Amino acid sequence: MIERSHHDMGGLPAGKVEPTEHDYPDWERRVDAMVQLLRGGGRITVDELRKNIEALPPEAYDQLSYYEKWISSLTQTLIQRGVITTEELGRKMQEVEKRKR
Amino acid sequence: MKPQFATEYPAVSPQFSVGQKVRVRKTAPLGHIRTPFYIRGHVGEIERLCGAFPNPEELAQMRDGLPAQPLYRVRFRQKDVWPDYRGPDSDVVEIEIYQHWLGKA
Repeated sequence: MIERSHHDMGGLPAGKVEPTEHDYPDWERRVDAMVQLLRGGGRITVDELRKNIEALPPEAYDQLSYYEKWISSLTQTLIQRGVITTEELGRKMQEVEKRKR
Repeated sequence: MKPQFATEYPAVSPQFSVGQKVRVRKTAPLGHIRTPFYIRGHVGEIERLCGAFPNPEELAQMRDGLPAQPLYRVRFRQKDVWPDYRGPDSDVVEIEIYQHWLGKA
């Protein structure tokens, strides 16, 4: 079994903390807004979102930015809740991909 | 608008009182766990009862988390937690831990 989950890193050696200023791009603001609205509407709990962040593979957990983790987790949560299906999501992603070309 | 944190739930009765020594269960189940790994197995002292809240381990699995679990703030001596701790003996770390993670020490 897994002794210690990857995210549960309290007390382990870590690098220096470098505080940086960061302006939020629009997509990050949208992710935040969606999370607030879905939580406020009682459709999802913060605990589910945390579970799905903690379930990321260790490499993804270390590499994804804060809001990349949130959107990944929010997507997983909405699929688990049946709010969206993987098929709908896949089709929409293809549609958005096409817009770029 | 309903309050963000409801305050009335069917709840488990508190088993521990302020000042009582408790030991954190040393186990590693899967799922969403709010008891930090580093504190499991350690002995601390109940600092206060914070209230009772739906169990986050259950909420994370899309269940209602009821009956609510008492949540305590537990105080640990840093020297007990970290074998190489170099600060003063009086330093403590306080962690909020749900009752089902605690046993009598």
